[in-house]
Amino acid sequence: MIEIRNLHKSFTDMQVLKDVTITINDGDIYGIIGQSGAGKSTLLRCINGLEPFQSGSIIIDGEKVEDIKGKELRILQSKMGMIFQNFNLLNRLTVYENVALPLQFWGKKTNTPEVKNKINSLLKLVGLEDKAQSRPRELSGGQKQRVAIARALVMDPKILLCDEATSALDPKITHGILELLQRINKEMGITIVVVTHQMEVVKQICQTVAFLKDGQVLASGRPEELFIRPIKEIKAFLQEESELLPDNGVNFQLFFSDSSSDPLITMMARDLNIDFSIVWGKLEDFRSSIYGSLVINVAVENADKVKAYLDEHEVAWEVL
Amino acid sequence: MWDVILKASGETLYMVFWSTLFSVILGFIPAIILVLTSPDGLKPNKAVYETLSLIVNVFRSFPFIILMVILIPFTRVIVGRAIGTKAAIVPLTISAIPFIARVFENSLREVDPGVIEAARSFGASNFKIITHVYLKEGLPAMISGITLLIINLLGYSAMGGAIGAGGIGDVALRYGYQQYKIDYLIVTSIVLIVFVQLVQMIGNYIYKKLA
Repeated sequence: MIEIRNLHKSFTDMQVLKDVTITINDGDIYGIIGQSGAGKSTLLRCINGLEPFQSGSIIIDGEKVEDIKGKELRILQSKMGMIFQNFNLLNRLTVYENVALPLQFWGKKTNTPEVKNKINSLLKLVGLEDKAQSRPRELSGGQKQRVAIARALVMDPKILLCDEATSALDPKITHGILELLQRINKEMGITIVVVTHQMEVVKQICQTVAFLKDGQVLASGRPEELFIRPIKEIKAFLQEESELLPDNGVNFQLFFSDSSSDPLITMMARDLNIDFSIVWGKLEDFRSSIYGSLVINVAVENADKVKAYLDEHEVAWEVL
Repeated sequence: MWDVILKASGETLYMVFWSTLFSVILGFIPAIILVLTSPDGLKPNKAVYETLSLIVNVFRSFPFIILMVILIPFTRVIVGRAIGTKAAIVPLTISAIPFIARVFENSLREVDPGVIEAARSFGASNFKIITHVYLKEGLPAMISGITLLIINLLGYSAMGGAIGAGGIGDVALRYGYQQYKIDYLIVTSIVLIVFVQLVQMIGNYIYKKLA
């Protein structure tokens, strides 16, 4: 478990993280989302001690990151893998040697049969078993990130930190990398923390998400909660503020989740015998479940009937 | 003539070989300190970096011929005598150390900071980062630097004649320039051109192999 308590960090005179408090549970895929410059990457680097911080606390499985130094900190770091936007592979090493590198940092022999097996099975996991002797420059971006993932797993970490790991990749490749991360999370039980500005990353894999703006956590929770009924700042982040709504009548926004499978809209029209227009709607796919919202415009005299009907059918709604 | 040229070539190679070897070994140490203490290094330390940087610059500013004269007492201590081919290795090495230190520093600082960060994220010690990341990734650039160093030393060694070190440059000066023997001048020039070309070609080849 990663507990971040009242974290403050500043670079010289600029405050980059303000009172950040989040808890990342074991086995979770936790997303930290926000615009560039929100402090996401810095927050991630505080977790594995690459960046020091001024006050607050980060506790990883009972160990306080701010209290340990030198070799102890390095040991803690070795239990956390990390992947990066620009992959950060060594160009002069082969794929195999890149994956073996963290072992070499720790003075472990890399020519024993067990280690060879391990590296080859990691390469197999990421789908690059035939590229062991290639050099990074012969690989595509997605393949490079797969090598980086194998490298990040070679020390058997309990936590994998991903810093904008898919931001340099196109959507299709991104999808593949995210699938791989999800598999690693499920099959190996590794906690994954992803920092990203891409909604699709959060939607595809994150179980929990924190929205960061100007160094502050403005919202956190399940992604479908955060993004289907977004707060003002998240709306701005999603660039959804330009919804055009009719001026007359009452605008209702209804929220759906996967479980609400009744054809509610048409049922309501029939049951109440009223007409209304559908103004706007969206459906979003979160970890393969559909969530959405729909805005309908109802004549003022029917508004109360609609409210009662929606409450009766336990549909979440609000008047815009 | 050929005897003279052959003997001189041997002297030049002797001086250049040893001064390259010593300066690479001795220049490596300040280079590593500069890389470690530089603002973007693993152990940034402004005082150490600026001081060492200043020393490097001061030594680089000395014209070689002056340095050679200043170093005469020092050379005498190290080699036992102040003149001759062996003696010339001392000022050549001393003049080459700050040069190669700077070149190595630049080669190593060009290593992608992202790769260094990745190494840190796996808990690598600074020592391992130097041996397994900086030196590994920076090697091709360092080889280019050594190529440059050898060519510079070939040029400097020509001045070795001033302390009786002999060498190709000395032949060109004494026979070609002072005695108007044009044939010596031409042959020594060609030999030097061939040396430089060879060094550059070998250097480029190794660079390509490694990069």
